[in-house]
Amino acid sequence: MENTNEMQIIFDSYSSNESFARVAVAAFMTSLNPTVEEVADVKTAVSEAVTNAVIHGYECRVEKIFLRCTTCEDTLEIEVEDHGKGIEDVTKAMEPLFTTRPELDRSGMGFSFMTAFMDQVEVSSEPGKGTIVKMKKTIGKGRKIWTTQSL
Amino acid sequence: MKYQVQENYLTIFLPGELDHHNAEEIRKESDHLIEHNHIRYVIFDFADTKFCDSSGIGVIMGRYRKIYMLGGEVCAVHTSERIRKILTMSGVTKIMQIYEEEK
Repeated sequence: MENTNEMQIIFDSYSSNESFARVAVAAFMTSLNPTVEEVADVKTAVSEAVTNAVIHGYECRVEKIFLRCTTCEDTLEIEVEDHGKGIEDVTKAMEPLFTTRPELDRSGMGFSFMTAFMDQVEVSSEPGKGTIVKMKKTIGKGRKIWTTQSL
Repeated sequence: MKYQVQENYLTIFLPGELDHHNAEEIRKESDHLIEHNHIRYVIFDFADTKFCDSSGIGVIMGRYRKIYMLGGEVCAVHTSERIRKILTMSGVTKIMQIYEEEK
């Protein structure tokens, strides 16, 4: 297929790497010529997915998080994978305000933000094996054709 | 992180990026200040904040719970359009007033 691009990053699950991950994806997607709003949406979604891997997947242990990004034409696809404890009930985990860690001041809005800011979010998880979050977003969808005003 | 205590008001000057990494620090420090200074009102100052995710919402909700028990209120100031969108989407605007700059 034409116009494809791909990148992969493997990083340790330090909370400081959350900002690294979202900035890396933001830099990668610039070739799609996104709006400021679209970059902000993707950054928030990546931050949520990586934070989930750090807090829930690895429960703050330091292990590897796998981040894969692909662009195909005007679509950005992001995959965040961890080999942590996995999710028992994905549907329940994706409910707004549901959290397993209220004592850590988790709002339970992570998956809601991902679904709100991306076009498509898919979660596959197996308890004890890990979780993969796949997100897709088409860039430049709402962009209007720029025309000059007639004199 | 910068904080200001005036009578029973605590202002939290939030960082440029309000994510899980920074949220932990704010949670610990602000709770300490709230407990030791008879705080009733918490003001979240978003002037420098360009990024906020659900961890930031968690910080607000956590402080709200604490302050509400004490009979106080929380509010937000200096919010950008992006921050307002995040706050509205998460629903915290139902428990927290956003004050706009007077011009």
